[in-house]
Amino acid sequence: MELIKAVTTIDFLHYAKGAYLFSALLILLGITAFWYRGGLNYGVDFAGGTIVHVKFSQQTDAAGIRAVVSQTDISDIAVQDFGQNGDEFLIRIPKSETGAENFSNRIRESLADGYGPEAFDVRRVESVGPKVGRDLRRKGILAVVFATFMMGGYIAFRFEPRFGVGAGVALIHDVLVTTTVLLVADVEFDLTVVAALLTVIGYSVNDTVIVCDRVRENMRKLRRETMRTIINRSINETLSRTVITTGTVLMVILALFFLGGSVIHAFALVLLVGMTVGTYSSIYVASPVILLWERETARQ
Amino acid sequence: MPQGLRYRLLLIVGLALWGILYLIPSFSSALPGWWPSFLPSHHIRLGLDLRGGTYLLLTVDLEKAVENSLDQYAEEFRRALSEAEAGIVDIRREGNTLRFSAISESDRTIVREILADRFPILEPRIGSGSSSDIVVDLDGRQIEALHQYAVDQSLETIRNRIDQFGVAEPIIQRQGDRDILVQLPGIQDPERAKELIGRTAVLEFKLVAEEGSTRETETLNGQDRDPLSGEPIRTTYTLERQTLLSGDGVADARVRPSVDIEGPYVELILNNRGAETFEEITGANVGRRLAIVLDNTVYSAPVIRDRIGGGHASITGGFDIKEARDLAIVLRAGALPAPVTIAEERTVGPSLGRDSIEQGTMSFIIGGVLVVVFMVVYYNLAGLLADLALALNILLLLAALAMFDATLTLPGIAGIVLTVGMAVDANVLINERMREEVRLGKGARAAVDSGYERALPAIFDSNITTFLSGLILFQFGSGPIKGFAVTLCIGIISTVFTTVFCTRAVYDYFLVRRRLHTLSV
Repeated sequence: MELIKAVTTIDFLHYAKGAYLFSALLILLGITAFWYRGGLNYGVDFAGGTIVHVKFSQQTDAAGIRAVVSQTDISDIAVQDFGQNGDEFLIRIPKSETGAENFSNRIRESLADGYGPEAFDVRRVESVGPKVGRDLRRKGILAVVFATFMMGGYIAFRFEPRFGVGAGVALIHDVLVTTTVLLVADVEFDLTVVAALLTVIGYSVNDTVIVCDRVRENMRKLRRETMRTIINRSINETLSRTVITTGTVLMVILALFFLGGSVIHAFALVLLVGMTVGTYSSIYVASPVILLWERETARQ
Repeated sequence: MPQGLRYRLLLIVGLALWGILYLIPSFSSALPGWWPSFLPSHHIRLGLDLRGGTYLLLTVDLEKAVENSLDQYAEEFRRALSEAEAGIVDIRREGNTLRFSAISESDRTIVREILADRFPILEPRIGSGSSSDIVVDLDGRQIEALHQYAVDQSLETIRNRIDQFGVAEPIIQRQGDRDILVQLPGIQDPERAKELIGRTAVLEFKLVAEEGSTRETETLNGQDRDPLSGEPIRTTYTLERQTLLSGDGVADARVRPSVDIEGPYVELILNNRGAETFEEITGANVGRRLAIVLDNTVYSAPVIRDRIGGGHASITGGFDIKEARDLAIVLRAGALPAPVTIAEERTVGPSLGRDSIEQGTMSFIIGGVLVVVFMVVYYNLAGLLADLALALNILLLLAALAMFDATLTLPGIAGIVLTVGMAVDANVLINERMREEVRLGKGARAAVDSGYERALPAIFDSNITTFLSGLILFQFGSGPIKGFAVTLCIGIISTVFTTVFCTRAVYDYFLVRRRLHTLSV
């Protein structure tokens, strides 16, 4: 079976300008969303605080739970629907437990008073103090920045500096666009999301490497051709692989997304978005940047 | 035979057998009796997010630890002074210093003698300017030593408490300079465990102050309950500040069944020194009330009717049996040298863990089957070979997890799922290249040769970059994320091995031994 016939001859770079505009608009949307929401929506991992994940034996609603837990005189409790069945909820408190302040137990007791002790099950409690939260935030940002530079550096070392720049720009693009989607969808930023972002970076570099590898090979083979032709041809030659690999990986991620359960949901969502963006960026961001770089240096 | 094909095939079969051997313990509920001890018996360890349990990061209040030990020095000093029959010496703690103000010159001499004699590690200096006070402060090294001691002691105490509470395979370790990491797998009642671990458990015996007494006093809350409803009532006690006997004097603590409606109580068995002190205190204060104070809460304040020898005391407080049991544990294990606070807590209930395993496995199987079927449909026999390599890949990955005693977490399962993606990518790259070569009209052997040769750089570069991101995750990640990084990194190694080395060996076998002429790709 073949999905992509022998060798396609699509002039990908012809659409590069449109792609730039598209990416720029997306990132602009991200900046607007960032400004509108007043920054990233940090989960307890980074912001500190406590979440109590409760599953009820019957469907119920967030408003009812809010009314019950407000009896505890803990301030700023937020109740959020979690999962798809209307029986799982996250109760979030902006402050962390310290031992002296045992929020989760008070929530548990108030729920037992309101719904009966058998009507619900506390499935998960996470509580992060402000110091640990700051520390995790710092480590998370460092990891993403470090990964981006390391990847760019590796490619610059293995290929040529301009490839490294192209890959680096593509990575930054991927992280920004994925973050935009998370901002618009109002997904919480936590450790799992950072792990997923790093995986996206890994995969995206993977795609860029494959295209660059072909470009390098074709540069040796087709010495007389222009860089533009070489890049276009390389993208076309690897197109079959790109479609098949992205397709199979997306199959696996979709399985995670729909069947992996509520805890892994955000992780799968980020991968779903990031994989798509990463494939797009290796064609429309990394390669044009390499070309642009080429033109600039030729002019000098 | 090209490039020692026989050895390559032997290596593959050997590794597969090794993998199966390592996985038998994880997938069989009980090992057969004849299973020799030199064979692996490790299970794949499941993380707290999969088996349920509590993760706690506790921070020791080091500043308070230093203050506490200075207070203790002051207390011992007062005792020494009264033994030496000195006059009035005022001892105050100001931050990290102790200040001794004595009225007469002779008292100052006694203070200095006691300091030199009994507390050689404290270096006294005469107070600044006109003041004739003696000031003792701790230098950086002594404070550092006290910090060390506080964390070590807290670790020890918490370990004792958890051991007595009874948790299978707990992990209790020091992290950084002031944190203690506690992992309690499979715990049923995390709230109770938290209470037990976090309790400072400073036990003190103090006299209830009398009207018109000149001694320093303090007011503490009681924890009395209404005898009819059992509801707590707010009461306060005014006590003399001086601690007559502390938790150091306790040798053992036991739960005693209830004798009346009060409920069970905790019996303290004092050690020799404690018993002696207790006898002295009770003998000297017949008719007065002796308060039993735990963490600055008065549990009871019975009237002393007679001198009490034999070294037994009891704490009542309307406990239920669990509370009494936990109280006995903390009294036996001893007090924490300083309060601890919970800096981070992650608790996963057993039901969520079970669901996560089920859903993780389910999504893995569905995703895996989709990929396997697709590969065969798309690449025919070459796809089947890639599928076999994938199966071996997963086998080796799980076996490596069992061998390294690594912990499988939910993100770890996600890591395995992504390994499937990487593995498929490698074989897609190889197969696409072989197709290109076949299209150019090359024979089977030439197509395989140049297909692998051309695909290799891309496969290596892409796997190395993913491996690098795995390393970064491992470095910066914490807890479950580390699990993801571990499976990702091991997965990449087994991926390169199975997708490149193993499939190539099979192709070579068919090309050479079976004289294969056309590729089914």
